[in-house]
Amino acid sequence: MYERIITVLPVKKIKEKKQNITVWSFADISKTIDQWLNDWVGATWATVFEMVIAGVCVIGLFALLGLVLVIMERKVAAWIQIRLGPNRVGPKGMLQSLADTVKLLVKEGMTPDGADKFLFNLAPFIAMIVAMLLMAPIAFAKDFQMWDLNVGVLYISAVSSISVISILMAGWASNNKYSLLGAMRSGAQIVSYELSAGLSVLAIVVLTGSLSLTDIIQSQQNGWWIFKGHIPVIIAFITFIIAVTAETNRAPFDLAEAESELTAGFHTEYSGMKFALFFLAEYVNVFIVCAIGATLFLGGWMPFHIGSWEGFNHVMDYIPSSIWFFGKTFFLIFLIMWFRWTFPRLRIDQLLNLEWKYLLPISMINLLLVTVMAIMGWHF
Amino acid sequence: MFEEVAKTAEGDLVINVGPQHPATHGVLHLLITLNGETIKKVEPHLGYIHRSIEKMCESLTYRQFIYVTSRMDYLSAHINNHACALCVEKGMQIEVPDRAKVIRVLMDELTRIASHELWWGAMAMDLGAFTPFFHAFRERETINDIMEETCGARLTMNYMVPGGVMQDLHPDFQRRVKEFLVLYKRKIHEYDEMVTGNIIFQNRMKGVGYISPEDVISYGVTGPAARGSGVSSDIRKLYPYEIYDKLQFDEVLETAGDSFARYLVRLREMDQSIRIVEQLIDNIPEGDFQAKTKAVLKLPKGEFYTRVETARGELGVYIVSEGGTTPYRIKFRSPGFSNLSALDHMVRGGKLGDLVASMGTLDLVIPDIDR
Amino acid sequence: MFITDYIKDVFGAMKSLGTGLKRTLYYFTHHKEIITQQYPDNRATLVLPDRFKGEVVMPHDEKNEHRCTGCTACELACPNGTIKVVTKFDITPEGKKKKAIDKLVYHLELCTMCNLCIVACPSDAIKMAQTFEHSVFDRSQLTKVLNKPGSKIMEGVE
Repeated sequence: MYERIITVLPVKKIKEKKQNITVWSFADISKTIDQWLNDWVGATWATVFEMVIAGVCVIGLFALLGLVLVIMERKVAAWIQIRLGPNRVGPKGMLQSLADTVKLLVKEGMTPDGADKFLFNLAPFIAMIVAMLLMAPIAFAKDFQMWDLNVGVLYISAVSSISVISILMAGWASNNKYSLLGAMRSGAQIVSYELSAGLSVLAIVVLTGSLSLTDIIQSQQNGWWIFKGHIPVIIAFITFIIAVTAETNRAPFDLAEAESELTAGFHTEYSGMKFALFFLAEYVNVFIVCAIGATLFLGGWMPFHIGSWEGFNHVMDYIPSSIWFFGKTFFLIFLIMWFRWTFPRLRIDQLLNLEWKYLLPISMINLLLVTVMAIMGWHF
Repeated sequence: MFEEVAKTAEGDLVINVGPQHPATHGVLHLLITLNGETIKKVEPHLGYIHRSIEKMCESLTYRQFIYVTSRMDYLSAHINNHACALCVEKGMQIEVPDRAKVIRVLMDELTRIASHELWWGAMAMDLGAFTPFFHAFRERETINDIMEETCGARLTMNYMVPGGVMQDLHPDFQRRVKEFLVLYKRKIHEYDEMVTGNIIFQNRMKGVGYISPEDVISYGVTGPAARGSGVSSDIRKLYPYEIYDKLQFDEVLETAGDSFARYLVRLREMDQSIRIVEQLIDNIPEGDFQAKTKAVLKLPKGEFYTRVETARGELGVYIVSEGGTTPYRIKFRSPGFSNLSALDHMVRGGKLGDLVASMGTLDLVIPDIDR
Repeated sequence: MFITDYIKDVFGAMKSLGTGLKRTLYYFTHHKEIITQQYPDNRATLVLPDRFKGEVVMPHDEKNEHRCTGCTACELACPNGTIKVVTKFDITPEGKKKKAIDKLVYHLELCTMCNLCIVACPSDAIKMAQTFEHSVFDRSQLTKVLNKPGSKIMEGVE
């Protein structure tokens, strides 16, 4: 069981061609480290050390993702809006988000007088902890997964619903009417959109027959589900993207923040690092839902293969699995950012109409189609 | 006001939108009574940017007071100046040269386009789409550059003076305006692609903020907001000033009376302004750009009133003169104030999101309301 | 039929969203369309429109002479008391007293760049300069004396 806690360390490029030429694996390295720690400090301490390393890695990844996604969002926004975007700090403005983080760190984190101090200060941490917990079952590369859970999909849908609690908590504890309205909107929104997100995920679970993310990825070795599954899976993919955009409170579903109506919604009263944690959690949530989307529909770290083109498939195998995974994930993140900078915001009743009158019936019928398809074996 | 507040039922949520709020585009304070998300009442509170422009004008001479009016409705500064200059000319019976008339109309229409461009972007931003704002600024900046070249400033130009305009057109003016016309025609279809045709946008706008023609008249709503309900109120057509009676353009009318109708009116009004600019840009007559006037202007004793069509509606200038060098009393009838008064009527029973949509289509400029 | 309307609705909506997405993708990929510019750091080569109203200045020629007669037309024309003309009496070579300016005080912090003083000036003594960076750390630096120390009125300007 302890071997499951696998960690990364900076790895030198392996240049020897005689070594493993197929998809390059983290498993060997993690096994070596595990072996070495066991020999050195004994089994108990080795587990402790491995957990610490894993924790540090998650926090590091969390911070890094925040920085990268913020600068990515700003650049995407700038180019769509025919602007230049940040370009002063660092090469081509790439250190801008780092400078902003430093600014947020040194700012005072205020707690309003009338606020419920305990809940007010707890809320951003819950938002962050939920985002961190969701990182556990994601396969970042071949054999590189923190926790290969056999009910990975269930775990993800269960834990991601906790995020609404942090928003409700922040909105209620702020003792601010804007925050309260934002939190209530967000509560209605996340609870409803969880349904169609869950149903579209179920489509893949039905096709694979497993809740484990590893199994789902393995089942896509001969082609990603979005190609194998005909139109129903494409519909499921579209519903999934719409639903997760709503679940992560991003425009056009950013009613919880709704700048022109509620100034900043649930985080109106937050400042400094507490605000930054909400901000970071939002971006990491976007990353996670996109990673799940990439895993379920686009084959996770599986390279792109075309039928029996041996030469082409071989070339694709040379690209490391982590690049495949991050490439797909960032493509989906770009999609979500692209939506944000194109569409106006929905109104609250239209938002719920969209879910209950359009997405939910469509994804239910779609699930039925997928089930029939899976039983009859009509997919490739 | 106390009684009104006392009437609010148990469980109603009273929230303050403004004076500092992203949706109000200025320091407007709306006291909103909500029942959940549904608006029960909107009560606008004014006075946060009151600079007593009318009183200031009373201590300035007839040449000087015009520049202050740029600061009222800063998005149609030219048109405000134009209204004041017209009023002084009416009192002094100054005959404005043809060239000056054409220049004034050209500048007015360019200002109108620039103002509508900004409104289009800002309204899309109110509805949550940030990108159109920057795309609108591409065209608006081109107009601002033209203004900068001829008038020397981009926003508060102070170009109109009693008797004509302050300086002659810049030699590059015609070329730059033609370049702008090309740019505008190349890009205007994108407005429909990005905003007008968008299903989310249409759902947000259609059937929202309805106001009937009768209510338009009783609230004194003017400009595109009135024309969206089918009430003909274009001063350029009804009471033509300068050379508007000789120009070919249509008064844009929509009958739906909702936010989307007002949106379409403004969008199509830009095309009409482009039509006017196209008619005039090659036909600017030669001659003086300014009539010969006395060094010190003294209006004869009496009352003078002129009205023009700004980008927001009817602007009236009322001057009472005692025969001196400064006006005895000046009153501006600003379009924003009357349009704002209809807001409560429009949004009652709507959602909080509808407030933003209705307010966006009224195109409120707060310094114009407060003065 | 309800179902066909429903499907038409969904596809119509998707199409309208797709049109918008196509337009924004065009701008995302075409960086030539970018219109924003950097802050004008290139002050040496920067050309502003010649009519741009930055601040009021008084041009002096190489002999440190200006054209201002001290008639106070600009002071009278100014709507908000930006210009203050302080006059003195020079003694001409013939021994006559002649009115001239001691100081032409210009309050940049009050100026609205309305151009009325320039229009009012009968001898073209003042003009608008094409400057745009007016921020200073001390408010008193915004009160300027336009005529240079020791300057005199040009010959032949009345």
